[in-house]
Amino acid sequence: MPALTDATTRTRVWIIVLALLLLGGGATAYTLRTASGRAAATGTSAEPGFVLDGGAGALYARDSATGRVARVDPAAPGGRTARGPACDRFHAAGNTALCLQRRPGVPARSYAIVLDRRLREVRRIGLPGVPSRARVSASGSVLAWTMFTTGDSYARSSFSTRTSILDLRTGYLVKNVEQLPLTLGGRRHHAPDVNYWGVTFAADDNRFYATVSTGGRTHLVEGDVAAWSARALRENVECPSLSPDGTRIAFKKRVSPGPREPWRLYVLDLATGREHPVAERRAFDDQALWKDPRTLVYGHGGGVWSVPADGTGSPRLLATRASSPSLAAGPPAP
Amino acid sequence: MYLATTGRPDAPPAPRGARRRVPGTVLALGTVSLVTDVSSEMVTAVLPLYLVLGLGLSPLQFGLLDGLSTGATALVRLLGGATADRGGRHKTVGGLGYALSALSRLGLLLAGGATGGIAGAIAADRLGKGVRTAPRDALITLHSPPGDLGRAFGVHRAMDTTGALLGPLAAFALLWATADAYDAVFAVSFCAGTFGVLLWLLLVPGRTRHAAPAPRPVPRARTGPLAALRSPGHRRIVLCAGLLGAATIGDSFLYLLLQRRLELDPTWFPFLPLGAAAVFLLLAVPAGRLADRLGRRGPLLCGHGALFLAYALLLVPLPDAVVLPGVLVLLGGFYAATDGVLMALTGPFLTEGRQASGLALVQTAQALARVGAAVAFGALWTASGPETALACALVALAVAVCCCARLLPRDPAPEPRDRRERTDRPCPP
Repeated sequence: MPALTDATTRTRVWIIVLALLLLGGGATAYTLRTASGRAAATGTSAEPGFVLDGGAGALYARDSATGRVARVDPAAPGGRTARGPACDRFHAAGNTALCLQRRPGVPARSYAIVLDRRLREVRRIGLPGVPSRARVSASGSVLAWTMFTTGDSYARSSFSTRTSILDLRTGYLVKNVEQLPLTLGGRRHHAPDVNYWGVTFAADDNRFYATVSTGGRTHLVEGDVAAWSARALRENVECPSLSPDGTRIAFKKRVSPGPREPWRLYVLDLATGREHPVAERRAFDDQALWKDPRTLVYGHGGGVWSVPADGTGSPRLLATRASSPSLAAGPPAP
Repeated sequence: MYLATTGRPDAPPAPRGARRRVPGTVLALGTVSLVTDVSSEMVTAVLPLYLVLGLGLSPLQFGLLDGLSTGATALVRLLGGATADRGGRHKTVGGLGYALSALSRLGLLLAGGATGGIAGAIAADRLGKGVRTAPRDALITLHSPPGDLGRAFGVHRAMDTTGALLGPLAAFALLWATADAYDAVFAVSFCAGTFGVLLWLLLVPGRTRHAAPAPRPVPRARTGPLAALRSPGHRRIVLCAGLLGAATIGDSFLYLLLQRRLELDPTWFPFLPLGAAAVFLLLAVPAGRLADRLGRRGPLLCGHGALFLAYALLLVPLPDAVVLPGVLVLLGGFYAATDGVLMALTGPFLTEGRQASGLALVQTAQALARVGAAVAFGALWTASGPETALACALVALAVAVCCCARLLPRDPAPEPRDRRERTDRPCPP
């Protein structure tokens, strides 16, 4: 080290110029190499003829290869037509589909795009953040989505979530559910760190369940949009999904404190408060979907799987290279 | 009691007047900091997005990764300072810190998606930052005339902040240009970091050049990271740094309060800190010069007065058009008037041969107090709402400033300066 500082000014200038050329050249070359061949596939919409109409039980999911929504042939896993819109998260129910699409660039921004049964755009909402969860109520009238936002300062490396609810009947948009007065442990809860995610709607299109995180804990909350209130029910329930009969909730439960494989898929009986794991024993990170009152569908390890909700049986692979499953089981288009 | 006259006998004699030159070493250190900050802020700006988008980590997992090293940094800083002081190895220890941070980018690139590798790389970066800060500030102290310390630190902090401003912008531009190729950001950051290390090696004078020919008679009554506390002036400064730090609420809360207050598109909130940084950059040198001329206590206390006003602005009913720029200017002014000035104030009270550990002690006291204050503020917010919490912070800050006005030592030898020079206002209005 001393040898370098003792070098004459001229030598030092030459070393600096040379280093600038080498390092600058290296940086430029690396950037150019990675940049070439990367084309953003966002903004693609559905091709005509690709509609939400595959008959009862037809599975729609995001195709990992193209980033577009595909209809998966249940008879032949792998057989699919990926001609839907390009979405990072997708869910459809009733006559409505919700497509969350990330816009390229920084700061992270996304679109929440509401589509009708023919996958034509009905409404488009620009939002800050990165798509996390998308859910349409069974009737297709109410939608909810969650975005990750990069905290409140670019230099602060923490994430927060921002969950919105859109009522298509009135067009009313709750941009951030955190505005709802929250009751926790019987008391009104104020805290700077309240975050909501993973909404699931009840059949009345008004009540909903979601996860609230505050003070380092997660809670299952029951919300009521009309009454404008929310109350915490129990701890350690994330990404709830209400069964079609409204009696049970499938959720991801945190079973390990470390960052490796922290969650498993569980089912909670709302009446008894009893919970049990399902036969999926591997790490889990998704908002599950009820195919019918007995079966759960979810994304895992880059594929879409199903498993019985009562803890019996074993996971079954429905589609490879896919995520964000939806089941088009709604009534036929009028 | 052994008080050092800061600045070595061979430091350039200070010419009088406004056109005195900033020591070359300070400019070199500033350049290294600028380049390094571009490198590190690039990564800081995109890391959360990369982990969650690129790797599919959940934010919770990210929080665990991120929180693993805050406490350890304080300890490392003290150790870095103490090690650097042994035989004046500021350059070696600081250089190791810079090199560690630069290598951590390579770690991010090579880790691919492995969580453990990424956690290691983040920890290495924090470790490097902790190690290098105190030796670097000690070098600034050692290579500046005592009467010009405020300006020297002002120049350094201005250059440092320039890098912190450019880094995120460079990273965002890269992501735009490459359609979200995060590895390109890490690669460019590695190159910039390596260049910073090289500049450190080439431009920053090491021990051989400045050490006295004979081994210095360093009094070795006590050694270790806390030895610097023997000077009562220094003890008071450490106490004040802790007191004032304990009365600040943390920038993230300030921006959160601003966010609740304003009807601004949340997309643009990430850019608010850039506004405060720009003000910091503009005012750092004037504040430092003022500190040299009028004594360093004034700007330090005034800066906290600016912070007090920023908190107060969030409580009074004023239009958004006043609150937003007001808070950003006051916050930037607070950093300009306190960050470098605190180091300059400490300079003359440092024990010879213990400069790095002395500065590390002040920085650590401040950092730990701030962490504690942030936790307390969050708890207060949860217990009684943001307005009450903010009102409490205002009271705490007022009390801390009053205490420090009594506690803070005056500069030991106030040099008469030419008062006809234009005086810059220390506090933004």
